[in-house]
Formats: sequence, structure tokens, C-alpha cells
Amino acid sequence: MKKGKMVLTLFLTFLKIGAFTFGGGYAMIALLEEEFVGKRKWLTHDEFLDIIAIGESTPGPIAINSATFIGYKQAGFFGSLCSTLGVVIPSVIIITVISLFFDRFMQFRYVQYAFEGIRVCVVYLIFTAGLRMFKGLKKKPLTYVIFSAVAVLFITFYILGIGFSSIICIFACGSVGLCVYAYKSIKKPERGNE
Amino acid sequence: MIYLELLLSFLKIGVVSFGGGYGMISLVRETVVSNGWLTDTQMMDFIAVSESTPGPIAVNMATFVGFSQGGVLGSVLATLGVILPAFLIMLVIASVAGGFMKRKGVNAFLEGVRPGVVALIISTAVTMGLSLFFGVGEEKLHINVFGLILLVVISGIAIGYKKVFKKKISPIVLILISAAIALVANLIFPSVSA
Repeated sequence: MKKGKMVLTLFLTFLKIGAFTFGGGYAMIALLEEEFVGKRKWLTHDEFLDIIAIGESTPGPIAINSATFIGYKQAGFFGSLCSTLGVVIPSVIIITVISLFFDRFMQFRYVQYAFEGIRVCVVYLIFTAGLRMFKGLKKKPLTYVIFSAVAVLFITFYILGIGFSSIICIFACGSVGLCVYAYKSIKKPERGNE
Repeated sequence: MIYLELLLSFLKIGVVSFGGGYGMISLVRETVVSNGWLTDTQMMDFIAVSESTPGPIAVNMATFVGFSQGGVLGSVLATLGVILPAFLIMLVIASVAGGFMKRKGVNAFLEGVRPGVVALIISTAVTMGLSLFFGVGEEKLHINVFGLILLVVISGIAIGYKKVFKKKISPIVLILISAAIALVANLIFPSVSA
């Protein structure tokens, strides 16, 4: 396929994925696989899993990570740029249109009633998403220590009304991971106790 | 200047948002509440809309917050901020640093970050719940009985659905059900949730 045409195909494919995937990045993964592994055969199943693994380990929305990566592999810089734009453009347009009417929409009494229920659902959805991710974590002491420490600190700070910085927290967790790794590497000859 | 603030805030979020859209929620909430851009309640409404519209939740939220503070330009800048770090990092990995993610140090860092991010997600849900159901963090404490009953009802629906159909209920369907229950309850018993 010629490069220009490939870039266009990438753009349109990701535009479609951006416009029709509900439920965020993880729902997108199934669609990406169908499109690139199943239909177009641009990637093998293993390559695809590698991309998802990298996407999950790097910051940012998984949809953007995989669009950039797949785009680059297929057509270099412009491929990655157009794939990323493709996946983002529908969101920006749809949300902008909704934003134009949102404040007026929220003034209706019935809408306010509905949103009282929706907020409860949002809390439920975030909580269960967290639980699902918790089940996917590696079952080892470090995981439980970091998880409990962060959860206790976060909730205590909130109740006491003290500002919490998630950014510092994330880097602190990463540093703990590094320290444990360094400590284990030094201790290794003694067959360290975990 | 609000445009610069939006861009920088979301760049910062984009750099550290491990764990996809849900991982970003605590970061966005912190940013919008501490800057006085949105209240916690508005934030929950925005999350609900971002969940129910197509596209990556992270991008939807950035566009939404950006538009609410700075119109179309604000939404574009916030979105740019949130995707730029992911785009650049993936570009580097795809082009020159393919082996970087396999380094042991990177892996050790992520082993620390992952449980931290999951803890942030769950704690965000817990503190949103504390605020929504008990008024923690607001002017005065109260108990939102209707909200608690609804929480039990939708948990039951979600769990029952999974038992019967062997798959997870779609978040959008659950949001719609919650909206419908709240609306009907408010119509039958005026001021049920006041």
C-alpha cells in the first residue's frame, strides 16, 4: 500500500474507532484487535498483545498509546500523528457540542432528578473499575503494602480536608518499587526473605 | 491565563496518568477542585457524560473541563495537553527505544505505580461516596438515604445481570437505569432525595 493511502486508511480507521467505541480504552482494545489483527492483518496477535502491554505501562489514555504505536509502525511519524488525531477528533467534536447545551440542559428539573441517580452510578462504576484492576494486580506483599498505604493516606487526607497530590503519590509509589528492586538485587546472594 | 493553565494542568495529568481513563479521574478531580474550576458534584456529572459518549474517557473529560473553562480553545488545549505526553512517549518507544519498556528498572518502577494507581481509583470512589452519601467535605454532614438505597439497587442489578448473562453490564445501560430510577422516585415521592 502506498504511504499516503496508508496514512489515510489509518486516519479513517481510528476516526471510526474514536466515534463508535463506548466505554473507554478497554472497550477499544477489542475493536482494535478485530480491525488490525483480524481484518487487515497488519499485526500478529502477539505483536498486538505487546502493544497493549506497552500502552498499559506508559502514561496516557490507552487509546492514544495504541493509535500512536500502530500508526508509527505502519506509516512512520505521519501515520502516528493521523491515527492519534483520528481517535481524538470525534471525542472533541461530540463533547464540545454537548458542552454547548449542557448548562441549559442541567436546568431542567427532571434532568436534575436524573443526575441525582447518575452520580450514585458514577461512584459505583469507579469503585468497581478499581476493584477489577485490583484483582489484576500481582499478588505479592509490595502490592498490598503500597495499596493500603495510598488508600489510607488518601481517604484520611480527604476527611481531614488536607490537599493530596496524586502526582507526588504516583512517583513515590514508583520509587518504592525501585528501592525494593534495588534492595533485592543487593540481597540476592543471601536468598533474601521477601 | 486560563488557556495556559488548562494546557499545563492537563500536560501534567497526561505525564502521570498511568492506568487509563479511570487512573486519570483522581488527577483531574484534584486539579479542577483545587483550581475552583468545578465542584465535586459537577465533576461527577462530567464523568457520567464522558462515560456515556464514545471515545477515550480521558479525552472526553479533558475536552469537557477545557470547554467549561475556556470554550472551544480551552477544550482543544486541554485535550492537547492530555494526549501530547502519551503521543511523544509512544513515538520514542516505537521509533528508537523499543527495548526500554523491558528494562528491569522500568518494570520495578511500574510494580510500585500499579497498586498505587488502583488505590487512587478506589479511594476516589470512596471519597466521592463519602461526600455524596454523608456530606463529608461539605458544609454539614447529612445522610443521603435515597442515594444509599439506589447504590444497593444498582449493585444488585449489576451483579444479577452478570450472573444471568455471564457478562458485565454496560456502564451506559447502568447509568440510564440509575437516571430512570431517580427520575421516577422523584416524581412519585417529591423531595425524596432532598
